[in-house]
Amino acid sequence: MIDEGAGRLLTGWGRARPSAAFVAVPGSVRDVAELLARPGHHLARGLGRSYGDAAQCAGGTVIECTSLDRVVELDRVGARVRVEAGCSLDALLRQTVPEGFFVPVTPGTRYVSVGGAIASDVHGKNHHRDGTIGAHVQGLELVTPTGTYEVSPERDPELFWATTGGMGLTGIITEASLSLLPIETSRMLVGTEKTPDLETCMAKMAEYDTKYRYSVAWVDSLAKGRHLGRSVITVGDHAKASDLGAKSRADPLCFSPRQLFHVPVVPPVSFLSPLTVAAFNEAWYRRAPKRRTGEVQSIATFFHPLDGVGNWNVLYGPRGFTQYQFVVPFGREDVVARVLETLGSARTASFLVVLKRFGAANGGHLSFPRSGWTLALDIPLGIEGLGAILDGLDETVAEAGGRVYLSKDGRLRPGLFPTMYPRLGEWNEVRSRVDPDGVLMSDLSRRLDITRRRDGHRAPAGRR
Amino acid sequence: MNDVTGMPQNVVVIGGGADISRAILRALAGRRLSSVLLAGRTVESLQGAVTDLHALGVEKVEVALLDVTEVAGLEGFADLAAERLGAIDLVLIAAGVLGTSELSNLDAPLVASLATVNFTGPAAAMTAFARVLSAQGHGRIVVLSSVAGYRVRAANLVYGAAKAGLDGFALGLGDALVGSGVKVMVVRPGFVRTKMTTGRSVPPFAIDASAVADAVVRGLEKDSELVWAPPALRYVFAILRIVPRALWRRMPG
Repeated sequence: MIDEGAGRLLTGWGRARPSAAFVAVPGSVRDVAELLARPGHHLARGLGRSYGDAAQCAGGTVIECTSLDRVVELDRVGARVRVEAGCSLDALLRQTVPEGFFVPVTPGTRYVSVGGAIASDVHGKNHHRDGTIGAHVQGLELVTPTGTYEVSPERDPELFWATTGGMGLTGIITEASLSLLPIETSRMLVGTEKTPDLETCMAKMAEYDTKYRYSVAWVDSLAKGRHLGRSVITVGDHAKASDLGAKSRADPLCFSPRQLFHVPVVPPVSFLSPLTVAAFNEAWYRRAPKRRTGEVQSIATFFHPLDGVGNWNVLYGPRGFTQYQFVVPFGREDVVARVLETLGSARTASFLVVLKRFGAANGGHLSFPRSGWTLALDIPLGIEGLGAILDGLDETVAEAGGRVYLSKDGRLRPGLFPTMYPRLGEWNEVRSRVDPDGVLMSDLSRRLDITRRRDGHRAPAGRR
Repeated sequence: MNDVTGMPQNVVVIGGGADISRAILRALAGRRLSSVLLAGRTVESLQGAVTDLHALGVEKVEVALLDVTEVAGLEGFADLAAERLGAIDLVLIAAGVLGTSELSNLDAPLVASLATVNFTGPAAAMTAFARVLSAQGHGRIVVLSSVAGYRVRAANLVYGAAKAGLDGFALGLGDALVGSGVKVMVVRPGFVRTKMTTGRSVPPFAIDASAVADAVVRGLEKDSELVWAPPALRYVFAILRIVPRALWRRMPG
């Protein structure tokens, strides 16, 4: 029923800095409560797509929830689904898309678990109009050290919003009800547009907020000077049956994305050097059409292009990589430019740089998105002085009223964390109600002292 | 925790008063260092490091008396350190003395005691901390070796031989710990201008303690298992190692 493996090394998607934990695989939701009652620290893990140390618990027990992967009930009339938390968005979409339903929010990969997506309060290319996944969760089952709760925005909203974006530190999500988006086809109508600099890119993106459900920009990280921020904007909407050609119309909801390639071995050094990235960026920018509309693409091509390579993260070599993702309010576009300038000149070789507009924040105490610009850059590790460079950028981001994304972070200065997440105290009050003894812990929570162990701000033990 | 760039928060130093230890701590204090446990043979020897760390705003600095040659106490000390700091991200093993290597000044007890302080004690301490860190599932041991151990010279006979042993032990321990979440980093400094080397003639490639600290920080960033300070010594000693013995023993310095 429960396999408890010996100590196993775990890392985030960035493949850096492993720590060892016991891994337990629950056979049922009931097992989760039983595991949590055992001594030591515990943490849920899904598919390990957080980039940093959010899904690691050194010396403790990591409860690998991917075994809880059933789709419990698809309500076609109410357009919603009840699903076990370890189910991946990939598996969920393979069931719902042919039935005419899409997930309300998807990140850049389908290989995240539903529980992980809620714990990170993930966003997608539609945040400017649909918000995060938390906005579409109708309810969830949460197993905590003090009992199992069914919470929703109406029922114990405090615990619900502490859990949405709570990085798994309020309990283990075992099931969730999500509202779904009805779709006519499994295709997207996509527009692509090249912009020569950051200002043009941002102006266009602002304009497209109301026009398209989905929008995002890929930015050439190595372009400098007057080309700084030159980008390729992609916008899209779900295609209607009438948008499809005769051939596709025969099976408008087909959905069977395939993995095209798997990197066979970890290369001894990073493939993604300044040279290869520069070549890639130049080619990618040139290849993009100046302006094109109405192109029909599959869901996988539009939302999850990197899922075509199963383990692209190994291309960064043995030292791995990190992702720097931050948000700053509208009006602080200068911070975006400064980050691009700083990381471009440090030759940090980001080939994946993504710019996106966020709509308003939700009720999640530790939820990352807030209205403004978010920029995400993959950065190889091992660069001399990288820590200090990113620390400097953090200060600028915090001063502008922005924050970095915990699901990507591996190195934020702990002292800056409460500044970026001012509702931390409030969150800790709720957290200590369900986990007074601090049983739930991650390498991330220890590194940033998220549960405030060092300050002694914890609620007295036994309080419920 | 060690962050993704390799920078530790909670650090234990054995030989916390040494110039190289102090330089490394100063460098780490500029990054993520928040709690330190300094161990040394006398409180006075640690006072300078305590002052440094307070001045640099390190939140928690604790001091413990420890003699690494009293190996019976090392397991207990490792447990105590874990208890004091909560979790240990990095252990710096910097105990050691140069001692004499003049054959006329050496006798059996002196060789044994120099071997104990430079090899037996540090190796035993590493073993004790390897156990504690393995239980934690994470952590790093940084051990100060020396180029003197890479090829032992008559002028550094006992010290060099002991460091040779420690260097080999540390590299092997690192291999033994693969899969545990614990890593070992061996640091091979060349001649470092410190209290320990005062009065000795200064050979080429001599550096200050701060340069060793820079190399250590760089090694942590790169997740290295072996670091030379200065880095160029790696190439110098690749050649010196194969110099014929007749020539090697005549080399000055």
